[in-house]
Amino acid sequence: MSEPAMPSQKVEEVSYQILALSGNEAQALAMKQINPHMVAAYPITPQTEIVMTFAQYVADGLVETEFVSVESEHSAMSACIGGAASGARTMTATSAQGLAYMWELLPIASAMRLPIVMAVVARALSANLNIHCDHSDVMGARDSGWIILFCEDPQEAYDTLIQAVVIAERAKLPVMVVTDGFVISHAVHPVRVLPDEAVRHFVGAPQPAYSLLNVDQPITVGPVDLPDYFMEHRRQLTDAILEALPIVQQVGQEFADNFHTKPYGLIETFQTEDADVILVGMGSFCGTAQAAVEKVRREGQKAGLVKVRAFRPFPQSEIFKALRFAKVIGVMDRADSLSGTGGPLFTDIRAAFYDRLVTLKPQAVTSLVPCPSPKIVNAIYGLGGRDVTVPQIYQFIMELFDVAAGKTVSQTWRYLGVRE
Amino acid sequence: MERLRVEEPAEIEIWEEFPEELDLEHPTEWALRGDRLPHIWCSGCGIGAAVNAFVAALKQAEIDITKLCVVSGIGCTGRVAGYMNCDSFHTTHGRAIPFAIGLHLANPDLKVVVFSGDGDIIAIGGNHFLHAARRNLDLTVICVNNFNYGMTGGQSGPTTHIGGRTTTTPYGNPEYAFNLPLLAAACGAVYVARWTILDLGRLRNSIAKALQKRGFSFVEIISPCPVNYGRRNQIGDALDELRYYKENTIHNPEAPLEECDLSLRGKIIVGAFVDREKPTFLDLYRQVVLSRWE
Repeated sequence: MSEPAMPSQKVEEVSYQILALSGNEAQALAMKQINPHMVAAYPITPQTEIVMTFAQYVADGLVETEFVSVESEHSAMSACIGGAASGARTMTATSAQGLAYMWELLPIASAMRLPIVMAVVARALSANLNIHCDHSDVMGARDSGWIILFCEDPQEAYDTLIQAVVIAERAKLPVMVVTDGFVISHAVHPVRVLPDEAVRHFVGAPQPAYSLLNVDQPITVGPVDLPDYFMEHRRQLTDAILEALPIVQQVGQEFADNFHTKPYGLIETFQTEDADVILVGMGSFCGTAQAAVEKVRREGQKAGLVKVRAFRPFPQSEIFKALRFAKVIGVMDRADSLSGTGGPLFTDIRAAFYDRLVTLKPQAVTSLVPCPSPKIVNAIYGLGGRDVTVPQIYQFIMELFDVAAGKTVSQTWRYLGVRE
Repeated sequence: MERLRVEEPAEIEIWEEFPEELDLEHPTEWALRGDRLPHIWCSGCGIGAAVNAFVAALKQAEIDITKLCVVSGIGCTGRVAGYMNCDSFHTTHGRAIPFAIGLHLANPDLKVVVFSGDGDIIAIGGNHFLHAARRNLDLTVICVNNFNYGMTGGQSGPTTHIGGRTTTTPYGNPEYAFNLPLLAAACGAVYVARWTILDLGRLRNSIAKALQKRGFSFVEIISPCPVNYGRRNQIGDALDELRYYKENTIHNPEAPLEECDLSLRGKIIVGAFVDREKPTFLDLYRQVVLSRWE
């Protein structure tokens, strides 16, 4: 399944720098250090800066990348697919409508098992036209067979983009690295930057199993696949997605071990062990939520936080284990699925609990260790860049404690911070 | 350069005969949403002048603003639809023309104008431009060409001059640029013109002509983008760019379109290059398809 850990240069042997970088600058710098063979991209706010900065690196001869400024995102992803199919390491970046415009190509990239890495700077989908952050664009690409990793700050954006190259090539699947538009992309943080050689050594040279340019082994990519075999191929894609879960975990581990960073896994937990109320969220929200959870803890109540880093493949088992002893779980969605039943993360987490607590009960760990069947409620927040604050989250946690104490819930999902 | 002559009617004549009851503070007020002003465009940008010329042309061509729909895509020029005091569409990037086609075909009595930028109409939406012109749909397309993607910070696009410096081509653009009048004419447009925003009188007359024309009419407006393009290409500020237009514009409607390529700091050939008659899409549709059922 997954290959053994790659020997990498230890960070003690080389010095790293702390630089003040925005999320976009950090990701552009990571791209420079990765030095991909090809980058094809089209400008869109708030992503543009990544590719713009990278174009300057190309022009200055600091990378060997073939940079193509195409005429649309549709062409950008098409070019990346062509590049990746020829065995090249390809990267791109986009946001919102750009990601939506790529949609036709996204399932093609994953079904062709092409390890493309894309920085997605999350921004609300139109209409109405908005350039600020929410996750509706990423959620539109949720079921496209891409690995989707969320970042909380510019440091994670930098680290995750480097890991994504290794994850993609090991899992033979494309990876989206998601940062929150403006909140991460344009906010400057101190970022611990690795030396170029260390990054290049960590990502190694791509070794595609198949490529179009191997004349000794000619292949056709994406031919007609009718009812006789199509379903088997889709089934193999699902297997690939499942196999990607331990790969994401393992590459995060290798990165942390090599460069002495914080641990990178599928999820990150904060004070969940004894918590009665646990919030679950993704992206920049988690930093704000941590402050709210700390405030609740200081006041003597047991709250916790789970940050979902790998949204696809969905780490159902890890999330269940982290949340199972809570009395109430508050799932925070920065997108509405518009199903009338709450946000996409909420849907996945509810499903995980039903699977584990009801359908799979005899096999599940809960048959041995009783768990309290937590109530799960959903808050949809921050659409189109609406700010979410510590007092708001604190207030929401307090409401969840009321639910834990027995207060009835009239609706399982609600909007947070909206004028109604 | 031959002194630019303003063709008739003169600007002042257009603004005569406004009904008193309108009580206008500014002659363009009736066509613009005053509550949305000031606009977002940078100082020195040419889009404001292009909108003024468009409003004057609406008056000159006696277009009923209640029967007018302005459609824009994304980008700096994409904001025009929001400032027009008529039914307007702010569409997705590149899709202004398809939205406009839907509006026009569903209600052929509407006057549908696409007002958008080069990055929108010619780059991401280039395909629609070709096919709308090929079908000779009864639309007016006004394209403000500032040679780069201004809204996102000045990236190169398919109209960037060879050698043009942008944020994605910091040492010069290696690609050929589109020659928009040639492209429009080759695809079948019945009216094709190009002007700079210094040439406001002719621009207004030309837009008025385009609005009255049956079929696919196209007006390219060369406009400065001092903040993103002019600055990086040592053109100077907006006044320097206008001075450059003044010294380098050649009015030659007879010029072969193949020779009307634009180059960085080169001559700009302007004029109404194509003005011809042919049946529109709806004419042919009625003749070829609907006639069978009549």
